[in-house]
Amino acid sequence: MRVALFVPCYINDFYPEIALNTMKILRAVGMEVEYPKGQSCCGQPFLNNGLVEEGRRFATRFVDIFAGYDYVVSPGSSCVSTVRHRYPTLLKETHPSGVEEGRVMELCEFLHDVVGVENLHFRHSFPHRVGLHNSCHGLRELRLGRASELILPHYSKIRAVLERVEGIELVDPERDECCGFGGTFSTGEEAVSVMMGRDRIDDHESHGVDFVTGVDISCLMHMDALARREGREIGFIHVSEILRGDEV
Amino acid sequence: MKNHAAEAEKFVADSARAHWHDEALWYVRRKRDVAASQLPEWEELREVAGKIKKNTVENLAYYLELFEREAQNNGIEIYWAMDARECNETVEKILREEGARRIVKSKSMLSEECGLNDYLQERGYEIVDTDLGERIVQLHGDRPSHIVLPAIHLKKEDVSEIFHEHMATRKGESDPEYLTKEARKSLRRSFLEADAAITGVNFALAREGAFVVCTNEGNADLGTAMAGVHIACMGIEKVIPSARELGVFTRLLARSATGQAVTTYTSHFRRPKAGGRLCVVIVDNGRSGLLSSGESEALSCMRCGACMNSCPVYRRSGGHSYGSTIPGPIGSVLSAAGNMDEFASLPFACTLCASCDNVCPSSIALHDLLYGLREDAIKSEAYRGKRTLLKAAAWLLLHPSLYAFVMNLYRRLYPFIPRRILYGRWNVWGRERELPEPARRSFAQIYEEMSDGK
Repeated sequence: MRVALFVPCYINDFYPEIALNTMKILRAVGMEVEYPKGQSCCGQPFLNNGLVEEGRRFATRFVDIFAGYDYVVSPGSSCVSTVRHRYPTLLKETHPSGVEEGRVMELCEFLHDVVGVENLHFRHSFPHRVGLHNSCHGLRELRLGRASELILPHYSKIRAVLERVEGIELVDPERDECCGFGGTFSTGEEAVSVMMGRDRIDDHESHGVDFVTGVDISCLMHMDALARREGREIGFIHVSEILRGDEV
Repeated sequence: MKNHAAEAEKFVADSARAHWHDEALWYVRRKRDVAASQLPEWEELREVAGKIKKNTVENLAYYLELFEREAQNNGIEIYWAMDARECNETVEKILREEGARRIVKSKSMLSEECGLNDYLQERGYEIVDTDLGERIVQLHGDRPSHIVLPAIHLKKEDVSEIFHEHMATRKGESDPEYLTKEARKSLRRSFLEADAAITGVNFALAREGAFVVCTNEGNADLGTAMAGVHIACMGIEKVIPSARELGVFTRLLARSATGQAVTTYTSHFRRPKAGGRLCVVIVDNGRSGLLSSGESEALSCMRCGACMNSCPVYRRSGGHSYGSTIPGPIGSVLSAAGNMDEFASLPFACTLCASCDNVCPSSIALHDLLYGLREDAIKSEAYRGKRTLLKAAAWLLLHPSLYAFVMNLYRRLYPFIPRRILYGRWNVWGRERELPEPARRSFAQIYEEMSDGK
């Protein structure tokens, strides 16, 4: 299968190892991975601030660049969610046939739904206690797991994938609550944002975890930024850093 | 313009209190989860409720006129009010006709919205809120900070102070049972002396021409039983087709609001009592404007408050930070949709986490509505700077080569930028947080080198 790697702009510049790991993981499970040139932001920061026209330009660009692949896979859940949740309305006029919603997927979602967890055989182990932070757009828009509000059977695609790695001990925090990042919310509503982030860190710390992981580095980056300022020990790592993709 | 962020900052500044507020409401949210999980069909119920409300709102004129006709057949007097002023005037006119001076009122967010208490007090009426939380807030000269738990921003020690001042309770005594009993004693007197009772309406049943009021304290029932005249104020969106649909809503309402299976009192009013009057004031006050807007879905709200309890921002910023009668996610939608000039900050008082969507018993896609309202909100004068910056960033990101050039420059210069400049006053992020460090090479660069080496 031909898979295009969609690397969100901030991952490209600040966390390239996440994109690199994602590519390795996808290759290790037998995908033919390409990184299409000219990709940029998905437009989320602009769309989430009501700049619809700007957002539409990013959306049009995205759809053109990623046309023709079997799947588009990305290590950023909220960017994937922007494509799946926001683009269809945005591109109603120019792309009336839709933007093939199911084709653009988050990494764990792809491994779970397309590759199948039974086909994941990691050779390495990760002997640590790891807190699982459920990023909101992954949880409530992409539905990668059951949000605590919903009266539905429990499931978590992220957990199912991570548990294929030997030795990992995944710990759910008390609350599957937002970390308070929210893009420009983090500065526009600084006080609440900081309090939300600290509360999440406290929650994870109270469970004695070594690391906190998740499918969205923007949430992890926010908590890491607070934790580093306060000199806290806890580490924040993207799921791809646990899955690695040396050999599968 | 109201500034949510500034008000929230004040609330958060008292960290212990903000955490207490957050925990208190999270507890209610968890109670809701437990209560909801008792019904295996919960998610289906929410969906059905949303559909019934949507149908009613789409045929609102039909259902309202049906309700009016049937209610009048039952001997209920129906009054229509375009706005808050007409609502208040109508209520006063009825009170004047009855020569009523002393009024007991059970909880009605609509009367808060219309400023009914102030209106009547200015004209010499004595109006007593009989819901315990609302009574506390009224004595305090305060406003409700939550639509179901109006005094949730006050601790029992605060209530003790307020009661001591206004009802001469023992100083420093903050035992909730003692305080509640004292409030009950005082309220009993008001109930006995009342000439008229005002209530809200939870559900108006069109086909039956009847209406339902839900309370936990029985205060609506006591008030309406004692006084000769009962005036019920309802927003136009409170109508549902018939009693047949009512069960869907009563099953959802209390579970969503407080985690109870049902409200303690679910009282049906169908005709005036012998020798008494039963009046219903149907109020628009901007609601019909929502019908043709992108936010018409917000008219499905049944005022349970679940979105507030589930909102991580509301729980930490307190209800007053919204500056509107109804706070939290639904309040932000209603306020911003009704008056964007005043409430442009509310659509941004949200991280778009979507927790509110999942708890809403009417399945309102609240976070999508808040997202949509940002299109207008960003045009507000207050966001001119933010808008300009974002547009510049968009332009840059739409020119990937130029953007890559700028980022390369940044990653090279980064080690040499003095911390006091990097963390200067311009850097709001950096007041309490570290900046992420740019990587030595971008993924695009790494990928290109890898491909070259192949």
